Amino acid sequence: MICVRFFARVREALDTEELALSEADVADLDALQDHLQQLGEPWRSVLAEPNLLRAVNHEVVHGNRALADGDEVAFYPPVTGG
Amino acid sequence: MAICVRVQAGDFDPLQLQRELEGNDAGAVVTFTGYVKGGGGVSGISLEHYPGMTEHSIETIAREAMSRWSLKAVSVLHRVGHLPAGAQIVWVGTSATHRGEAFAGCEFVMDYLKTRAPFWKKEYGEFGERWVESRSSDQARAERW
Repeated sequence: MICVRFFARVREALDTEELALSEADVADLDALQDHLQQLGEPWRSVLAEPNLLRAVNHEVVHGNRALADGDEVAFYPPVTGG
Repeated sequence: MAICVRVQAGDFDPLQLQRELEGNDAGAVVTFTGYVKGGGGVSGISLEHYPGMTEHSIETIAREAMSRWSLKAVSVLHRVGHLPAGAQIVWVGTSATHRGEAFAGCEFVMDYLKTRAPFWKKEYGEFGERWVESRSSDQARAERW
């Protein structure tokens, strides 16, 4: 399974903290995002935000990346700590 | 303690954290303390973070600072949860043989932390609640390095 987590404004807009998907359905990060966007609104528009960030296993990923069983994916808005 | 990262809800004592950096033949210790900004009707904030990734990303930033400058130690403490305006929110300390490295390393860690570590602020006040938007000026400061 692949664990998908959502944070901050993205978490609130989706009303979802986390979910699990089978790696058989989502071979890579782009496929995972497409899969979620096909759930309809609000998924389609929230995950289409241009400044959305993606991480795999606690590392920010720019571009696409293959996914494997046990991976943890996160979607979140630009950070505002400090 | 070449690198020390703490993420916690509770308050902290900057002097105690500074003392941990002293010794080890350090000729300079530079520290920064950040506070929750009030104004604009903001009474407080809540800090959300991504446990695990938060610590990992701060450690990565600290390691990069250690490799760019001749730092003896980097220490970072960031609070999470509900914090009133005026509260201490973040502390960064660096130690080095000379002040130049310690100053640069401290500012670098703070600038990178603001743009790379997965924390998100939500403000509360007379307006209700609102997520804080990332600022291009913070991004520009981080890109200087």
